[in-house]
Amino acid sequence: MTHEATAEPGAVKTAAPAAAGAPDGRRPGRGGKRRGGAGRRGSGWTPWLYLAPALVVLAGLLVYPIYQLGLISFLEYTQAQVSGGEPTTFKGLGNYQELFSDPQFWDVLLATVVFAAACVIATLAVGCALAVLLTRIRALPRLLLMMAALGAWATPAITGSTVWVFLFDPDYGPVNRLLGLGDHSWTYDRYSAFALVLFEVVWCSFPFVMVTVYAGIKAIPSEVLEAASLDGASQWRIWRSIIAPMLRPILVVVTIQSIIWDFKVFTQIYVMTSGGGIAGQNLVLNVYAYQKAFASSQYSLGSAIGVVMLLILLAVTLVYLRLMRRQGEEL
Amino acid sequence: MIRRPWRLAAEISAVLIAVVVAFPLYWMVLSAFKPAGEIQSTDAKPWTFNPSLDSFRRVFEQQEFGRYFLNSLMVAGAVVLASALIAFLAATAVTRFRFKFRTTLLIMFLVAQMVPIEALTIPMFFLMRDLGQLNTLWSLILPHIAFSLPFAIWMLRGFVKAVPEALEEAAYIDGASRTRFLWQILFPLVFPGLVATSVFSFISTWNDFLFAKSFIISDTSQSTLPMALLVFFKPDENDWGGIMAGSTVMTIPVLIFFVLVQRRLVSGLGGAVKD
Repeated sequence: MTHEATAEPGAVKTAAPAAAGAPDGRRPGRGGKRRGGAGRRGSGWTPWLYLAPALVVLAGLLVYPIYQLGLISFLEYTQAQVSGGEPTTFKGLGNYQELFSDPQFWDVLLATVVFAAACVIATLAVGCALAVLLTRIRALPRLLLMMAALGAWATPAITGSTVWVFLFDPDYGPVNRLLGLGDHSWTYDRYSAFALVLFEVVWCSFPFVMVTVYAGIKAIPSEVLEAASLDGASQWRIWRSIIAPMLRPILVVVTIQSIIWDFKVFTQIYVMTSGGGIAGQNLVLNVYAYQKAFASSQYSLGSAIGVVMLLILLAVTLVYLRLMRRQGEEL
Repeated sequence: MIRRPWRLAAEISAVLIAVVVAFPLYWMVLSAFKPAGEIQSTDAKPWTFNPSLDSFRRVFEQQEFGRYFLNSLMVAGAVVLASALIAFLAATAVTRFRFKFRTTLLIMFLVAQMVPIEALTIPMFFLMRDLGQLNTLWSLILPHIAFSLPFAIWMLRGFVKAVPEALEEAAYIDGASRTRFLWQILFPLVFPGLVATSVFSFISTWNDFLFAKSFIISDTSQSTLPMALLVFFKPDENDWGGIMAGSTVMTIPVLIFFVLVQRRLVSGLGGAVKD
């Protein structure tokens, strides 16, 4: 797959001359990357016609809500304003000031980042390790592991959460019995509660990493690997010098995806720690924003938290774009 | 390439890991069939000799799970169909045409994929209220169409790109119109990609918990499965049998769907990652 990825821009360029005979009205010779189809029939509006439904939906249900989110975060917007009892007033950066001076916000932000980082690292480690394992075994055990992973992958977040809580239930769960922990409650302590959620998150998200990385390794030509081992390279050396660099584009994709997923975990925390844990000890930004907005009707504060999340993920996205650009990906 | 004892060790650990990974699902189904007495026993056994349908009966009779199941199915189905069609058109536009702002649009789709939809719950809530759609399934369908689109477009791009230019040329030379090419030639060729893409929009919609919880406030007849499941959590004593039976009902369709499309999913993933 990696191979195809690097070969693709070339393939596109060789396809271009085939269409070059056709009159290509607009923007001729744009970096020599002209492709067929474009304006061949002089229909400059056709692409926009095709794009129209998507753009309408995205403008109305994505761009507009983002604008609204930003707007509400600058307003005084609580139950009184929502019901129309009091006029909406502009608060400027007041909400952010309130948020940033609240020690709980910083605590939740830190917890979110640390928790997400732990989930990402654990997911990638497990996923990559099992992907490598898959390449070393015969078809039957491979199929078994694949099927099990597929099952975990397909499990909806909410059912995964309920099952994991049940497995670790102090009274009726098998895990405590197996580990001889008696009626130890996993959700009582902050760290063990986070650990429990982490297990579930890793369980349901490692399969994506495993399958993707496995497909990536399979795409590396076996001659290259054989040549390396004939030359006396150690397994570690082969991994570091051949497989890892070839897998880099795939690893970037799964890492970024994992960061994005794990940063905005909601269902697991909400269900497994009953809405954020005892005294909010297991809150992450998402659940925190939800509780602020819908439980205590402080919509403006909730929106400000939403904006903070949006900005953090935007930063991640920009890093991703840069990495893609550096790899010479053509959009 | 690898010595025999090592491979055997690797295979044994792979099977053990498979067992561990599958265990939560096994436990879920098992607990759904266990009679109440065994579930509430502190001596949890990994088998049962008295399977019972009591938990399922409770789920479907007391909780109208059938209706919630149908609601979930309707929402997910509508999202899958709408986003597949809209994304197909958009992906065709950005791969088979060259026009101003094309790259800008692509980058926008990529960025849109990263938008944390959870952060948009609050404005979405007010938008749905203003549209008068709170407590209706539309309040779940509309946002999810929007959220699945960027990823679907991004993923379908690879599939549309893979259809050779020459085919398009040939179609036009044979006198096919653009519309005819789009629906009778391109669409069937891209269909496997559409299936792979649909898995993702199906899963994310089927899993939705936050929006269902926030937008379906008073009219529980419009609830979806995740919400219905929560009813069995009680402050004093959770009804684990009911929770596990409900979870089973909610998971099995996705599992079947996954198994059916797994080949296309994996190749689709390849296509998306490749891009």
